Amino acid sequence: MPASSRRTRRPKLAVFKLASCDGCQLSLLDCEDELLAVADAIEIAHFPEASRRSVRGPYDLTLVEGSVTTPHDAERIREIRGVSRRLVTIGACATSGGIQALRNFADADALVAAVYPRPDFLRTLATSTPIADHVRVDYELRGCPVDKRELLDVIIAFLHDRRPAIASSSVCIECKRRGTVCVMVAHGTPCLGPVTHAGCGALCPTYDRGCYGCFGPADSVNAAALGDAFRAAGTPSGEVARAFRTFNAAAAPFAAEGDRHGEA
Amino acid sequence: MAKRKARTIEVGELARVEGEGALRIRYPGGGKPAEVELRIFEPPRLFEAILRGRDRGEAPDITARICGICPVAYQMSACHAIEAAAGVTIDGPLRELRRLLYCGEWIESHALHVFMLHAPDFLGYEDVVGMAADHGELVRKALRMKKAGNAIVARLGGREIHPINVRVGGFHRAPSRAELTEMREELVWAEAFARETVRWTGGLVFPDLERDVELVALSHPDEYAMNEGRLVSSAGLAIDAHEFEEHVVEEQVERSTALHARLRDRGTYQVGPLARINLSFDRLPEAVRDAAREAGLTPPCRNPFRSITARAVELLYAFGEALRIIDAYEPPELPFVELPRTAGRGCSITEAPRGILYHRYDVADDGSIAAATIVPPTSQNQRSIEEDLVELAPGLLDLDHDAATRRAEQAVRNYDPCISCSTHFLTLERVRADGGNDGEPGDDGPRHAGDR
Repeated sequence: MPASSRRTRRPKLAVFKLASCDGCQLSLLDCEDELLAVADAIEIAHFPEASRRSVRGPYDLTLVEGSVTTPHDAERIREIRGVSRRLVTIGACATSGGIQALRNFADADALVAAVYPRPDFLRTLATSTPIADHVRVDYELRGCPVDKRELLDVIIAFLHDRRPAIASSSVCIECKRRGTVCVMVAHGTPCLGPVTHAGCGALCPTYDRGCYGCFGPADSVNAAALGDAFRAAGTPSGEVARAFRTFNAAAAPFAAEGDRHGEA
Repeated sequence: MAKRKARTIEVGELARVEGEGALRIRYPGGGKPAEVELRIFEPPRLFEAILRGRDRGEAPDITARICGICPVAYQMSACHAIEAAAGVTIDGPLRELRRLLYCGEWIESHALHVFMLHAPDFLGYEDVVGMAADHGELVRKALRMKKAGNAIVARLGGREIHPINVRVGGFHRAPSRAELTEMREELVWAEAFARETVRWTGGLVFPDLERDVELVALSHPDEYAMNEGRLVSSAGLAIDAHEFEEHVVEEQVERSTALHARLRDRGTYQVGPLARINLSFDRLPEAVRDAAREAGLTPPCRNPFRSITARAVELLYAFGEALRIIDAYEPPELPFVELPRTAGRGCSITEAPRGILYHRYDVADDGSIAAATIVPPTSQNQRSIEEDLVELAPGLLDLDHDAATRRAEQAVRNYDPCISCSTHFLTLERVRADGGNDGEPGDDGPRHAGDR
């Protein structure tokens, strides 16, 4: 039976994008095996990357990709919250400000003046901030990009009023579970695995490189201890600072550790 | 033609494109030509400024975040440019692995665009889900083909989006033979479906549109260019990557957070699959050329609506090329080449799925990036998109409003615009009070005042 002839009301899903690369919402279209089933179970009511059809809110579940970097988006996210029963942020930009939050650490005026001949014409903000700084968020899914299996679980969980089955432990745990040799212990490679949120399946160590923290900080981490360990192993302070200042630079534990090792 | 009243076709938020843009075609009435605006309001993310002071080794991971659909393109242009700055050329199996990775990205990106973004225009649907209700088998096969491309990227790169295995000088870890040959069977299936796809696009109805725009693409003497080659055009341009900024001028227009690029003293140009096929047709294998011809795509082909066939032909090529690389693969001794610590400037152009992507880095003695310039494909295509719409505009008046709007959107999608990319660094509202515009921020390269 075609989906359109169904009688039952399907929950409405909306996907919105602020400042970001599109990768997290693309993860949904990358669910090649599940996409048609998802579209059957829920009504994709607003998802401009996938459809020119847009149904008005309110939406049962809204996914937001991207960070707030313009006054317009600061306003827009309030409107989006207003039409969303549940709002989930997907990815590092929406959850911690993303790579573009590196602007937060520069002297904003100097950066803007260095980049723009007429800063007074700018409509960008001096900071890139996560959605939770602006509106109430029901769940934050980590990753740069998010893991598509976790994304599917979040969608299913919210449609059934359960918590997502997503671990809040560190990449280290995933690495041990996978039986990967520790790159830091065995090769002295700096690795953010001990302080980074699980979710990727400990990808980088299985490819012989240190974790670079794209899922942001795990719950209750001691980033300072890791930063000190990097230094003790001979990593220059500038490099330690840069390691914490990438795709989740503005997430509190990473920001603090980046500041501790970075030049003022 | 009788004089028409003023009318406007407006699309407030372009759908089925990557990023945020809008479109307006205004007919002033009284027989005046239509005014077309492709407006881009994607927020700038300041990548070129962010890159300053970072280590050269970080460029591939950082610039990948410019675009979630073509991260491999960013990684490839970044690696080649940084390597050029150090005077290093990557050869042998590492070069082949990079080509294989790029095949994977071309496949996932082209399959996404052909079936999920563009085909609904040709068949009259709002999206692929609606299309699946009537063309279930086709959509399921299309998704399977897309997955085969993603599988290459994930196998070689660690994951589909923002792969983690690419590094300056090569890869963090090179795959074993077995890891690659495991994919073989699925790729053979997908190659056959790609051949069907080419044929299927040949049966679509293409609106008439022929514009004599200059086509620009990389060209390599021995292969269908992806990572290396000279930049050539249908009007005789032939330059190396390091000459790019002497020949391409970017200019700001008020309506867009992406700069518009044009060729100095020549004007609008077009990049992407149609340009590549036109300029490198003889570099495709005979069987691929035959499939293209049977589907009605024989160079010179100037109709941008035919880009859907061009993408399908490149899908077919990419599967064959991926299989060739996998079958010949012998793992390298080391997964990467260590670069010497030297200061220098490096430029690279590679072929992203939607057209050429230029990177330039100035690297300091300590290996940090002193300056970066990135010119993505969509900012190069903006003028061409608008000119297509100007050409189409009179004919749109004969269609009802909904059909005219759909046709205009379809024409934009011909270019598979990647709007997040095109504004990775750009400014809003940089027009001076005197109506001119200032130089590109963060770069001392040549920039010229807007011409509109």
